[in-house]
Amino acid sequence: MTSTAQVLLSCRQVSKRFGGVVALDHLDLEIGRREFFGMIGPNGSGKTTFFNTLTGIFPLTSGSFIYDNQDLTNASPQQVCRAGISRTFQRSRVCLGLSIFDNLMIGNHISLDRGIWSNLINRSALYHQIDEMAERARLLLKTFDPKLAGRMYELVSNQPMIDRRRIEICRALISGPRLLLLDEPSAGMTDREMRELMNNLLEVKARIGDLTIILIEHEMKIIERVTDRCAVLNFGRKICEGTYSSVVENSDVQEAYLGSKNARRR
Amino acid sequence: MSRFFHRKLSVLPSIIALVVAMAYLALILHVETQSMIIALLTGGAISFFLASRFDLVSMVRQSYSAHERVMDILTALAVVAVSAVYHENSFVLFMMATVLVYVIACLGLNLQFGYAGMLNFAGAAMLGVGGYTAALLGNGQIQTIFLLPLGGLAATIIGSILLPPMLRTHGHYSAVITIAFNLLFTTFLEVYSGFGGTQGLPVVSMSLFNFNFNEDWQLGSFQIAFYANYFLLGFVLTIIVMTVVRRIERSWIGLSFDAVRLDEISSPCFGVDIALWKAIAFMSGNFIIGLAGAFYALMLGYIAPTNFSFSDSLILVTIIILGGLGSIWGIVLTAAIVIILPEKLQAIQEYRFLLYAVVVTLVLLFRPGGLLPRVPRIYLPGWRP
Repeated sequence: MTSTAQVLLSCRQVSKRFGGVVALDHLDLEIGRREFFGMIGPNGSGKTTFFNTLTGIFPLTSGSFIYDNQDLTNASPQQVCRAGISRTFQRSRVCLGLSIFDNLMIGNHISLDRGIWSNLINRSALYHQIDEMAERARLLLKTFDPKLAGRMYELVSNQPMIDRRRIEICRALISGPRLLLLDEPSAGMTDREMRELMNNLLEVKARIGDLTIILIEHEMKIIERVTDRCAVLNFGRKICEGTYSSVVENSDVQEAYLGSKNARRR
Repeated sequence: MSRFFHRKLSVLPSIIALVVAMAYLALILHVETQSMIIALLTGGAISFFLASRFDLVSMVRQSYSAHERVMDILTALAVVAVSAVYHENSFVLFMMATVLVYVIACLGLNLQFGYAGMLNFAGAAMLGVGGYTAALLGNGQIQTIFLLPLGGLAATIIGSILLPPMLRTHGHYSAVITIAFNLLFTTFLEVYSGFGGTQGLPVVSMSLFNFNFNEDWQLGSFQIAFYANYFLLGFVLTIIVMTVVRRIERSWIGLSFDAVRLDEISSPCFGVDIALWKAIAFMSGNFIIGLAGAFYALMLGYIAPTNFSFSDSLILVTIIILGGLGSIWGIVLTAAIVIILPEKLQAIQEYRFLLYAVVVTLVLLFRPGGLLPRVPRIYLPGWRP
């Protein structure tokens, strides 16, 4: 565990109930600054719910989120965004009818000048900002794929799945967040594409420096390769936490994934 | 689409298209016999279908947007030229001015529905608020030109009553609220005698700098019918509103509206305040619709609840869907079709809603983006990344 001075996000006794279903059950987590943290667990174990409660989409039933000395418990999605937390979605949620550039600019919403004067009346400042943002978007896209940067003004609906994932990650990154939440970016990708994407991510992380990533992933190879530490959830509870090698040795984890040897105890 | 950005197209296709379109418009307005009109309409529909089939429509649009400033001016001049041909014909001028009223109103509705995704079936009610404001306040004390923004303001204020329930609901549920509002609005007008009940109210005639809009005038040896005054004022208003709406679309504001329409779940995670942007879209849209309503009332000279019924709201929404959601030129094209067609084709007057239903269904089936679908955002005129 990292020392308290370096803790970026701490989740205390986080619980979320949907009627009778307990999606998160008194979850305690501490994530250190600049850490690459993995979250694994079987389907329905509460990983995505964790992201959704943290980003303010669902209110918590109980517990609290402390992020960088701010209380983000039940903050609105906008407040969470302003605090510097950004995310991608499990079923990729890019706006298909818009260009890649427009999608990135939606991710950049808080740093755009949305005043009436500059947008409608005297537009020279707007033109200047558009140029500046186009350059920023191009640089970011280039890290993932130089060819993608060249197609910046094409519609997202014309892009293949892997590029849509990349676009979604770029949309989450362009506002310069300090905590990035990635919800299963590998879904629907081949092994090679996934390896590429992870390399890009590590590259971006190294370049930005102060970036912490929480990654939800089913693919164990990826968790092994990129994460510093990871937590395993099952039925909304954290059953294990630590480095990948220590986690795979854990008997509870093996049981959650493979079932127990002596029939079903649960 | 990449072609769209990299090759600078010649201005020629758009000029030819403009000339053809204006000649067609002038012809349709001129022809009186029903069989000729039907022949012209069928010919027009078939040529448009073929032109879009062979990508001619998109070529023209690319050429237009590559030379947008020039083409905007040419289009404006061409429309004035067509109206000049009919300078003596009150009926045609009135019809063209009515098209402009619907274009302005739909541009307002487009902010709400086309951009921010708020389906509003109270468009006619907002027209009515603007119209009744002009009728009630136009008593000779106020310069009539100020009645236009006052109508817009009234629609904004009364429309904002709908905002709290609309922000609490989504999609169709929010649309139902607007339907209820429009029905209540016309019922209220019919039963409240203070506003003339079903009889309606007379509206003062427009005047500007002691120039009365309701008088014919002479230009050299030409006799100009007074509806030309209304047409020209409406045309100026249309240009202003169109410029504003186009600038909204090509700015971060338009992008924020798109974000609200396309994904209400993910957008807040990037700091987009859904309620705020919906309120902005709804209120500014209502202002524009109210403005159109005040102008409409001043032009008609007499308004009654039947002018602002729910079926008129349906026409507004139909225009937007037929033209292509969020497409400004789509609105201009379909507003002209939807207003001029029933006037020229007397036979379908009574069946026009049936016809609209069939046409909307066909368009949604075969051209789901509308007649002139919205093109990807171009932030700057002639912008080539």
